[in-house]
Amino acid sequence: MSGEGWRQERKTLLATLGPPLFWLSLFFLVPLAVVWAYSFGRNVGLTEIEISGTFANYAQAIQPLYLGIFFKSMLMAAACTVICLIAGFPVALAITFAPDKAKAWLLLAVMLPFWTNLLIRTYALIAVLRNEGYINLTLGWVWKQVGLVLNVPPFVPLEMLHNNPAVLFGLVYVHLPFMVLPLYAALDRLDRSLIEASLDLGAGHFRTMMLVVVPLALPGILSGVLITFIPALGAYLTPDLLGGPDSQMIANVIERQFKRANDWPFGAALSFLLLYLTFVMVAVQALIQRRRGAR
Amino acid sequence: MSRPADDDGVLASEIADAQLGPAEVSAAIATARPRRNTPGPLDYLQRWPLRLWLVIVGLFLYVPLITLMAFSFNDSKRNIVWRGFTTDWYVKALTDSSLLEAFGNSLSIAALSTIVSVILGALAAVALWRFDFRSKAAFEGAMAMPIVIPEICMGVAMLVFFARIMPWPQDLIWPFNLGPIVIAHISFSFPFVAVVVRARLASFDRAQEEAARDLGATDAQAFRDVLIPHLKPSLIAGALLAFTLSLDDFVITFFTAGPDTITFPVKVYSMVRFSVTPEVNAASTLLIVLTVLLTVVALRFQNPKEVAGA
Repeated sequence: MSGEGWRQERKTLLATLGPPLFWLSLFFLVPLAVVWAYSFGRNVGLTEIEISGTFANYAQAIQPLYLGIFFKSMLMAAACTVICLIAGFPVALAITFAPDKAKAWLLLAVMLPFWTNLLIRTYALIAVLRNEGYINLTLGWVWKQVGLVLNVPPFVPLEMLHNNPAVLFGLVYVHLPFMVLPLYAALDRLDRSLIEASLDLGAGHFRTMMLVVVPLALPGILSGVLITFIPALGAYLTPDLLGGPDSQMIANVIERQFKRANDWPFGAALSFLLLYLTFVMVAVQALIQRRRGAR
Repeated sequence: MSRPADDDGVLASEIADAQLGPAEVSAAIATARPRRNTPGPLDYLQRWPLRLWLVIVGLFLYVPLITLMAFSFNDSKRNIVWRGFTTDWYVKALTDSSLLEAFGNSLSIAALSTIVSVILGALAAVALWRFDFRSKAAFEGAMAMPIVIPEICMGVAMLVFFARIMPWPQDLIWPFNLGPIVIAHISFSFPFVAVVVRARLASFDRAQEEAARDLGATDAQAFRDVLIPHLKPSLIAGALLAFTLSLDDFVITFFTAGPDTITFPVKVYSMVRFSVTPEVNAASTLLIVLTVLLTVVALRFQNPKEVAGA
């Protein structure tokens, strides 16, 4: 390659790479780095933060109270992921093997809630679950009809909002499409003749799923698990609006440090712990993927 | 409705089992095709347990949204029992100046963020596709970070950045008062655009660009007249993705917004905390309709499989 061409290439590289690199560095990496630095700092005065290199914030973060909230958040996210996987797998399967036209419609049906505003979806759930909500209204009506024949005590609405089950319900409601789409992408790439072979050779549908489809689609299942688990772990809005005082998840604690409690260094330490947790999970998934690739 | 092509193999094997001659086979195929009551082994959609499951999941996903939309037309302040049809809540929502301002802010933020995100995302995608440079893996990793990290982490990072590192002047005139939110939205949107554009670049034949160059086009001309037209569907899909992401975002905006810059989700959040009113239903319905339109348009421009894969 001539010198002129080389210079030309270099200019093109700078012209294409420069702006996104600049933006990403200034408006993403720098803010993160500042939070990271703050996590080793301490409050002096009302707004002043001295970065003293202390680990006190991390020490505070691994106290039983906060460790418990981390653990609870992971449990919630894990439960949400498992339910989404169980509920979403048959849906993805049905979409994969649907005729083309039905497939397009089903995909659209899964994607629409996915693109609908998270706040609106959470609000819709509140309207369904609250004491005067549609479920309690229906139950109350049924109760009244029963009361016409039998002698029953007056209807007490079910408390379905502001507790842990409500948060889990909300997490599943919000994240189910996150699971279905990658599962579908994985199942759609499968070699169908392998499934047919398994069926022809006498394995039932359930055995074929467990012994042929699931192992083959494992990378897609893993990415579905990851795509569901990570946002569920960091969920802020769902526990905030659907949860009660005891359903705080880690994101709510972080928010409180930055807004009301005004303890930025501690909040910074908590958010970096959450970030490290995310990175570990991404790394584990990448490792499993690479192992499978090497085999 | 036609049967999926993959079933032909199964059909043929079933017919072979029945030991028919070739002429009978083709006749059997001809008659078997339109017949629908014998599902192939992989026609999972034809099986009732799966159909039931689909219906349950569909109800789970859609009943809350549909009741929300239906009750936006309910002629009752308490929003519980159906009292009759009205469009009053829409009139009320559309004349509520703070709600309108929030909606206008959200649309402006989404538009500004989309323009910059598409440019940055496309440039990043081209750079990653075309060049091998040192620390390419590091750049790819950094580009993936805004997609992967929890929203709350990005939100607090933006809060700290605009409070301490780059304080944004208060009381600026519109649209400059939206600056921090727009910047934050670009930061999490353009990596998504880059993913979509890169998927499309994989199918670009570089010979086309070389041909343009051989025929005398400069680098810039080849870029503009050959590469950009090829990328066009992904640019549109990426733009719609960025627009929806921006319109949808609550958490990051919640942390970035100053006291006097309200976006639609932030406004709805404060209304929802207060109470469940039909006015919120009406405003939400408008946004849902907008989202549905955008999604349908986006799908027209992009193969759904690619969207799902990305």
